[in-house]
Amino acid sequence: MSEKLRVPTMAEFMAEGKEPEILFWVGSAGSYDDRAKKITKAFVKILNKANVDFAVLGSEESNTGDVAKRAGNEFLFQMQAMMNIEVLNGYGIKRIVTCDPHSFNCLKNEYPGLGGIYDVIHHTQYIKELMSKGRLTLEGNTYKGKRITFHDPCYLGRANSEYEAPRDVLKKTNATLVEMKRHKSTALCCGAGGAQMFKEPEKGNMDINILRTEDALETKPEIIATGCPYCKTMMMDGVKFKEKEGEISVLDIAEVIANS
Amino acid sequence: MEYIPNIIFAIALMLGVGYFTRNVKKLIRNIKLGREVDASDSKAQRWKNMAMIALGQSKMVKRPIAGIMHVVVYIGFVIINIEVLEIIIDGLFGTHRIGLEVLPPSVYGFLIGSFEILAVLVLVAVAVFWLRRNIINVKRFLSAEMKGWPKNDGNIILYFEVVLMCLFLVMNATDTQFQELGSGNVVSQFIAPWFEGLSPSALYTIERTAWWLHILGILVFLNYLYFSKHLHILLAFPNTYYGSVEVKGKFNNLETVTNEVKLMMDPNADPFAAPAEGDVEEEPAKFGASDVMDLNQIQLLNAYTCTECGRCTSACPANLTGKKLSPRKIMMDTRDRLEEVGKNIDANGGEFKDDGKQLLGDYITNEELWACTTCNACVEECPVSINPLSIILDMRRYLVMEQSAAPMELNNMMSNIENNGAPWPYNQQDRLNWANEV
Repeated sequence: MSEKLRVPTMAEFMAEGKEPEILFWVGSAGSYDDRAKKITKAFVKILNKANVDFAVLGSEESNTGDVAKRAGNEFLFQMQAMMNIEVLNGYGIKRIVTCDPHSFNCLKNEYPGLGGIYDVIHHTQYIKELMSKGRLTLEGNTYKGKRITFHDPCYLGRANSEYEAPRDVLKKTNATLVEMKRHKSTALCCGAGGAQMFKEPEKGNMDINILRTEDALETKPEIIATGCPYCKTMMMDGVKFKEKEGEISVLDIAEVIANS
Repeated sequence: MEYIPNIIFAIALMLGVGYFTRNVKKLIRNIKLGREVDASDSKAQRWKNMAMIALGQSKMVKRPIAGIMHVVVYIGFVIINIEVLEIIIDGLFGTHRIGLEVLPPSVYGFLIGSFEILAVLVLVAVAVFWLRRNIINVKRFLSAEMKGWPKNDGNIILYFEVVLMCLFLVMNATDTQFQELGSGNVVSQFIAPWFEGLSPSALYTIERTAWWLHILGILVFLNYLYFSKHLHILLAFPNTYYGSVEVKGKFNNLETVTNEVKLMMDPNADPFAAPAEGDVEEEPAKFGASDVMDLNQIQLLNAYTCTECGRCTSACPANLTGKKLSPRKIMMDTRDRLEEVGKNIDANGGEFKDDGKQLLGDYITNEELWACTTCNACVEECPVSINPLSIILDMRRYLVMEQSAAPMELNNMMSNIENNGAPWPYNQQDRLNWANEV
């Protein structure tokens, strides 16, 4: 990524008296976690390429509170939600896109009850939209014929029944899509959900991400595609555990498209 | 004297239905121990769910072998029970095969013939089910929570069904009048020869015995339901109606928390304000659930509806990797504790006396609760719209908000969010730093 990314903030838009087409909710992982930041940058690269007039909240964004809610801390969740809603409503935000299915689910389904009503979409849905409107076309053939298996994130798939957008986008790369035995509504979790990302797993005979990585390896993929920063981390760790990191790369769909 | 059978029949019917009604009332009372929940929305969608999922068995067939077998037993059960209507009328009024008097023989024969074919299909399916549970050892029937009563319960139901189906076929086979009619005895005509050579009175005795045992067996089975996982044959209907109509990812926002958070964030609120005159000091609401009374009525209905099939557990990522969590056990524990509370109420003249026990700790451990990834696989799998995840979440809420008993790493994560607006100890001012990194 040699060109500098253009990342305007809402405050800048406000100062110029303009409104963005869409707000990009970066999320905590996307802001701070090294592997997730790559997804963020790849997605911005796509937005820049498609000339999308987007904005981020920058330091005005705070954690959605999703993970606190799943851990059982409803207080913290609602405090975070109300703070964020104040900011979002203050800017009159109508449409939000995010690369994190957890933020996506939380903003879309749990904020409305607290006064935050927005049209929230996942980045794979937005990429699909940009493509179908002709704003984004893929020139290269980086992934032509490559075997890609897509791991459904729970909070995009089962939680919100979005199974097709990520697949439709991947098909545009002319890659060969191969499905794991457990996919779409029966997909196995990567093991990070429900606040597991932030704690050691309970005693068992295996880590969940290893089991899921085995599902993926059965398809003999060259690339494991994900649509969630936490899934990406878990699958990367799984591939590393299986000592396959030389042959198989784990990439978010945003990275796949940005490289295409 | 000639009315004695009718009287005995009427008494048996009254006892059977009466005792069952008594238990249903108890069941409703127990469910009402839960918190009230508003499910008056989306009526059309709810009826549709009930029609598709309960009546139409749409989720059962996701696993084709067990699903199709189940559909056979289900259809058999529902349709053969039309025959029970005839039995009840005959029993009460001393008639014999009243259907033959009101229906043309061909129609009656068609009905009984279909029942007989279904009875055989049910026997086949039940045999397959028995093999799956006892010989083939399908993994989900072998979990720790399936030892003892749950395993026996599963088998007892199968034996009941075998006995009832056999009695039905024998009853038809030994009914000389019915066999002579030659219409509808599609299966029983092959059983009739087994009884050849018996005197007409012996045949009559066998036919009457089978008839009586069949109807008494049905009444006993009806009353067995309350004590068994088999309650699902009734509760699947209300349960799919009351099941969630929202997307699975949407978890409820606790209103009691909303009120407190709003007060906290309201710059004009006076936290030391004296309550307005006339305000009754309310007991602060309990956050989350530590016992069955803290759960809502739909969650308790879920618990009674669970038929312990274990599809949830077989899809649970925590369970698949050897953790203690089993969504099925969450449902069974909830039901068992609710039953315990119900018995306590019965024994103490209608009021619950603290027994020093609760769902959390005595039935469900923290270790199980913290192993959940909230992935919704269990909710997706359940063929009757049970949501084990909502119970897990409510119990986590209790652990965190009432007991501050989250695992240490999660407490760190949460204090980071409180202090920096991110689950990691990074400064909120650095949130956009990535934009300037290459």
